[in-house]
Amino acid sequence: MRYLPLTETDRSEMLGVIGAKSVDELFRDVPERARLAGLVDLPRRQGEMEVDRALSKMAARNVSAGSVPFFVGAGAYRHHVPASVDHLIQRSEFLTSYTPYQPEITQGTLQYLFEFQTQVAMITGMDVANASMYDGSTGCGEAVLMAHRVTKRKKAVLSGTLHPQYAEVVKNLSDFADYELDVMPPALPGRPEDIAAHIADDTSCVVVQSPGFFGELVDLRPIAEAAHAKGALLIAVVPEIVSLGAVTPPGDMGADIVVGEGQSIGNGLNFGGPYVGLFATRQKFVRQMPGRLCGETVDADGKRGFVLTLSTREQHIRREKATSNICTNSGLCCLAFTIHMSLLGEEGYKRLARINHAAAVDLAERLSKVPGVEILNRAFFNEFTMRLPGSAADVVDALADKGVLGGVPVSRLLPGAGFDDLLIVASTEVNTDADRAAFAAALVEVL
Amino acid sequence: MSGMNKQGRPTSIAVGGSAARETFTGNRALQLEEALVFELDNPGACGVDLDEPTPFTARLGGFERQGRIGLPSVSEPEIVRHYVRLSAKNYSIDAGLYPLGSCTMKHNPRLNEKMARLPGIGDIHPLQPMKTVQGALELMDTLAHWLKELTGMPAVALSPKAGAHGELCGMMAIRAALIARGEDEARSRVLVPESAHGTNPATAALLGYKVESIPVTTEGRVDLAAFKATLGPDVAAIMLTNPNTCGLFERDIIDIADAVHEAGAYFYCDGANFNAIVGRVRPGDLGIDAMHINLHKTFSTPHGGGGPGAGPVVFSAALAPFAPRPYVVHGADGFRLVETAEDAKADGTTPFGRMTAFHGQMGMFVRALAYMMSHGSDGLRQVAEDAVLNANYVLASLKDDLSAPFEGPCMHEALFDDRFLKGTGVETLDFAKAMIDEGYHPMTMYFPLVVHGALLIEPTETESKQAVDLFIATLKDLARAAKSNDKERFTGAPYLSPRRRLDETAAARSPVLRWAPPAPKQAAE
Ligand SMILES: Cc1ncc(COP(=O)(O)O)c(C=O)c1O
Repeated sequence: MRYLPLTETDRSEMLGVIGAKSVDELFRDVPERARLAGLVDLPRRQGEMEVDRALSKMAARNVSAGSVPFFVGAGAYRHHVPASVDHLIQRSEFLTSYTPYQPEITQGTLQYLFEFQTQVAMITGMDVANASMYDGSTGCGEAVLMAHRVTKRKKAVLSGTLHPQYAEVVKNLSDFADYELDVMPPALPGRPEDIAAHIADDTSCVVVQSPGFFGELVDLRPIAEAAHAKGALLIAVVPEIVSLGAVTPPGDMGADIVVGEGQSIGNGLNFGGPYVGLFATRQKFVRQMPGRLCGETVDADGKRGFVLTLSTREQHIRREKATSNICTNSGLCCLAFTIHMSLLGEEGYKRLARINHAAAVDLAERLSKVPGVEILNRAFFNEFTMRLPGSAADVVDALADKGVLGGVPVSRLLPGAGFDDLLIVASTEVNTDADRAAFAAALVEVL
Repeated sequence: MSGMNKQGRPTSIAVGGSAARETFTGNRALQLEEALVFELDNPGACGVDLDEPTPFTARLGGFERQGRIGLPSVSEPEIVRHYVRLSAKNYSIDAGLYPLGSCTMKHNPRLNEKMARLPGIGDIHPLQPMKTVQGALELMDTLAHWLKELTGMPAVALSPKAGAHGELCGMMAIRAALIARGEDEARSRVLVPESAHGTNPATAALLGYKVESIPVTTEGRVDLAAFKATLGPDVAAIMLTNPNTCGLFERDIIDIADAVHEAGAYFYCDGANFNAIVGRVRPGDLGIDAMHINLHKTFSTPHGGGGPGAGPVVFSAALAPFAPRPYVVHGADGFRLVETAEDAKADGTTPFGRMTAFHGQMGMFVRALAYMMSHGSDGLRQVAEDAVLNANYVLASLKDDLSAPFEGPCMHEALFDDRFLKGTGVETLDFAKAMIDEGYHPMTMYFPLVVHGALLIEPTETESKQAVDLFIATLKDLARAAKSNDKERFTGAPYLSPRRRLDETAAARSPVLRWAPPAPKQAAE
């Protein structure tokens, strides 16, 4: 087997040193009736070429986003990732290193985590950020738990702007951890929610997404005010992190915790994972944060260096009293984020956001001219919702047959809720004019 | 011509001088100092070429971002150099033996990276129409089949994002089953051995359980009698790692399972160490009800400096009905994801809920499947055997130089304690740091907590005998040095790494968690 260096000669020499007759002897602590005599019922070993062939065949049965006009968003977005990003993250020293428990020989990882934390804090307008969560949805669940710790209250209000699957993750966690939830109905663009009416003296936090699930931008300021007036926190959720290159960051609108999905920067679609959860907050809440934190310090020679810090919040030290059970997070995805963000820089990040917004505005204009189509949004970034004359799922299906991946029918995430005619579409810098024209033309045909 | 150089360049070696001399740059040949990316800021430079969009009417509704963000402006060559230089400050499994116990630092085949980057895998959206991702769903279904066969368990949830997330998933299924039985209120305790990983008690506590520690015997295993004595009608589950964190197989595991089930509780197994028994023992044959599998350990998806990972959970028949959404089914018109509560109702199942948005770590699924298919049923069995052989070889070779708290044979990792350092003035930490100067990543230290000054060594099956021999010889030399009063080699170590020991106390006392621009200098009066 190509990945196993021991030879039969090695094995018998080593058994000799150990003083065992066979490797079976080493498994003698396994109860007899649980020892498998033969092989499990699975195929035998295969060469690299055979495995490549089999998996490539599966891959070929999928329609890749880059091969068609592509407008699917709703929490994951297709962006161009510069070639140098993927090259750099595949360097052995990054790819095949463990969590930086030995800072003397993992300064590479620690320094990029420090850069990552700084970038995330900057773009969200917050004081500090951690070294990542698994993804935006699980980060959102952790944010709610953190708000409960900070406020010593047990009830969260979830705005109807929140991605339904994020809301489900929070609900699942809250149900099992015995916390209360007030889940507001889906908030369609053009019908502002009265969140303030849901905030009470026992509310720990309100969770609001902007751009919202339906693409609409939300004014967080009055919500922050209403929350703070009752001693509650505002958790702002940003699943499309490119938006913050163009839109006022939640930190400037009073958010206490910002949760983001960082996939859009540096990371591919990957059918939903791995992604990278961004988690930022105010300085005063640092010790209630979940997850790893990287901090600056000096070494024995007085040179600047970085270490994992404030770990007395974490499971390996605090065990059942930890702020979270998270251990492995999204290390390499943070690196991809950090490199891409560094390549973009101040100007590139803002321009990328403008290009995305321009692409979506153009698409909205084109699609609004298709007979029977109504665009619901007033203020949006790179994604919006439209009402179709019939079933959005059927339209998406018919579009796919015409070689256009034309968005997410709301019914896929909220079936049976009366939203069958709603379609969420996104346009980013990867779409050309021709892509958008093709989408509009195909939509005319299928309607 | 008389000025012509007829000697060429000098070829004799230089004499004198010291290797310790300071340099002007602070660099030391291939060890290059590197600033933070923010300090490379050069306004006007940019690492991407993006054209300004043609003028259009913005529809941001007055939410335009104002002012500077503070991101640096740097060109692509400088960014590439920056991150290449940072990478050179890292130890990696590709560069050397990485004996971190419990972490399973094995070789990461590059075929797996290639497969993850196929456009049909890496460039597909989780919410595309299902008919356009049939191959991806087939891949998930195939992975599920392999995991079920290898564990002998009838169901699997693929979506958990890492080991700890898998623990949460498994314990939620257990709680859901207890709720269904009407026993949720009555069962409030979860038993966790003292030797457990921190994520186990943290997970149980997250779900509101009272965590109770169960003692470990002098043989490094759960004390069966003490365990049985703590069992009762108020116990929801036991969370047991097997092979355990001392690197030992829990000999009484079937008796433990029987006792747990007799008491009406469930058996959660932390499967972080499944790599020791894959292909030789099926957890389903041990009476386990739920177990997570770290694809980033047993099935070799790269650790990436701390993630991403994946923590699928296998379930017994008792818990299978509660496994979370989404899951893949195979029907008349191909593969389909059951995603929502409504879908599940139509499918006649009772999942407990959803762990994450979308469907899990596809990028890890494909790597793990490539790894499994490469090894096959025969190769995976060999993986377990070679991992156990290498660890026992280390244990046998070092037990007289270091000190081993428990009798062998061990499984995939060899545990030592700090008795061999008694009276030397050298502590576990110092010993580990001295390994850095010898070119090794230290082993896991001070874990598990049940032995004093633990040193947990996991060589994995992808180390050759030659590599393990040199590692053993190095540790013998270090042990000899510690015992013969060469304290300085340890207490000041490491001397030769990019950084010496870092002041973690100062870092925690006044945390600096982000870069900030230097305060502008006061103008001279
Ligand atoms: C025994 C054990 N359990 C659980 C975990 C947690 O796994 P993860 O880091 O993937 O969350 C680990 C690894 O870190 C472990 O070694």
